[in-house]
Amino acid sequence: MTTLLQIQGVTKRFGGLQALTDVTFNLSEGQIMGLIGPNGAGKTTLFNCINGVYTPEEGKILFQGENVTGSKTYNMARRGLARTHQIVQPLNELTVQENIMAGACFGRENHNLHNAAEIANEVMDFVGLDTRTDQLAASLNVAQKKRLEMARALAARPYLLLLDEVLAGLNPSEIGEMVETVKKIRDRGITIIMIEHVMKAVMNVSDHMLVLDYGQQIAEGTPTEIANNPQVIEAYLGDPELAKKLMGDDE
Amino acid sequence: MKNWRNHLGLIIPILVVVGLAVWPALTDSISAREQAFTILKAVALASSLNILLGYTGYVSFGHIVFYGFGGYIGLYFLNEQGWSIWASLLIAGISAGLLAFLLGKAILRLRGGYFALATIGINEAMKALINNLDIFGGAVGMTLNFKVYKTYGGAAEALSMAFYIMAGLALASIIVSYLVRVSKFGLGLLAIRENEDAAEVMGIVAPDAKTWAYVLSAIIPGMVGMLFFFKNGNVEPHVAFPLHASIELLVMVMLGGQGTVLGPILGAFAYQGMRGYLVTSDIFKDIQLSVSGAVLLLIILFIPAGAVGWLRNRFAPLRRVLP
Repeated sequence: MTTLLQIQGVTKRFGGLQALTDVTFNLSEGQIMGLIGPNGAGKTTLFNCINGVYTPEEGKILFQGENVTGSKTYNMARRGLARTHQIVQPLNELTVQENIMAGACFGRENHNLHNAAEIANEVMDFVGLDTRTDQLAASLNVAQKKRLEMARALAARPYLLLLDEVLAGLNPSEIGEMVETVKKIRDRGITIIMIEHVMKAVMNVSDHMLVLDYGQQIAEGTPTEIANNPQVIEAYLGDPELAKKLMGDDE
Repeated sequence: MKNWRNHLGLIIPILVVVGLAVWPALTDSISAREQAFTILKAVALASSLNILLGYTGYVSFGHIVFYGFGGYIGLYFLNEQGWSIWASLLIAGISAGLLAFLLGKAILRLRGGYFALATIGINEAMKALINNLDIFGGAVGMTLNFKVYKTYGGAAEALSMAFYIMAGLALASIIVSYLVRVSKFGLGLLAIRENEDAAEVMGIVAPDAKTWAYVLSAIIPGMVGMLFFFKNGNVEPHVAFPLHASIELLVMVMLGGQGTVLGPILGAFAYQGMRGYLVTSDIFKDIQLSVSGAVLLLIILFIPAGAVGWLRNRFAPLRRVLP
């Protein structure tokens, strides 16, 4: 398997706050990587470093073997990286279709409006927004807005997709649907990193996991290894009850 | 033309402008032509401003700087260098566009109120600069050498020609506005308006897109300025860079509906109509600008989307017809 993304010793500080310390990992093509950690562990900051919102103070980020440390967000998009946001960022006064077309138009494949409309229609079917084509994005509910974010990212036909808490705020049946969608995206050959707090779901869907705590990378491995790692249970899960529950789910 | 319905958003505005352009000839009235000239000028300026304000979401309080600057440059070449009116119009448009390009690189990184403040500052700075440039006549300005009119068949002919050129500029401004609105470039601008950070994450090169939007919104105002000063016969700094005219343009765009093709045209009509009434009314003639300010306040408070925007929100099918 070829390596799509290499993170080498990435360190990010905000003034005196050490948000990320020497984070290092490789991500192979076609995998789903689960990124977990308590609130404030630096997960979203890591995403922001990868897609160019922040430039890390130290370390290197290689995408498809090229050094992309400090690239602008739009250049990363053009290289084939797409993401969703923890707090949804819909283009409110545009329709669902226009939102998704914008993803297709300016992403990796740089389509014209005509092709973008076709891609948008296909992606809307895929994520289940096909009945909302002409609705304004502002009028969608939270679950639909999350799907819209995902659709917009997918329409760009990325190589790597960063999903930031796409399950948060969804009810159990919506979570089930979204997990299925994530798996289908992987089956299309798109590599995924997902930040998630819904443990059962992220353990279930990930091929590989990385745990951050206070900006430190405290564990890396398969979901089973992570669930049994005493350091993770102690430092991250903390609560023995939760740990037990987690192990139970993993059986 | 089976798909003519898809282009109603362009056809209606074109009919409006063409109607305005032939109206004075049909009625054979000079005062009708003066009125139509004022409205066409407002249409051209408001439609241009809309590309920046309505599509891109950047509020410019000093857009009239391009009108004044382009006008000054154009008139200088017409008057002092003996260029034809066509070449002067061209240089007026190019110089306004170039100014926007340079300014854009500097101030388009500011957002919201900071950008708006910067645009006011630039207008005032430009006024002060021109005031002190002897080449442009300083505070006295420039007076057109009336021999220039002779080239175009005398004053009456020249003024009539200016009217039709203004109609052409108004037409050009709405065609540009429409083409931008339905293009991929326009979709990028709308995305920037809605959420600039998210737009960049999607791959839109916001700094470039904003700069080109600014340039596009400046070219026609530069030409309009040149044409107006040609018709007026002179130009002075305070006539070329009136801050209140910038604000009147904002009122027009907001009134008709920012971000729509038809909105600024309706707004220009409605505003010029209202202004025409106010300046001739005994009660309002001295407080005409205060009334405009009050109108702007009411629009922002109650119908921020403007007339066309309100219709689009009310009747969803209109969204396809009125881009």
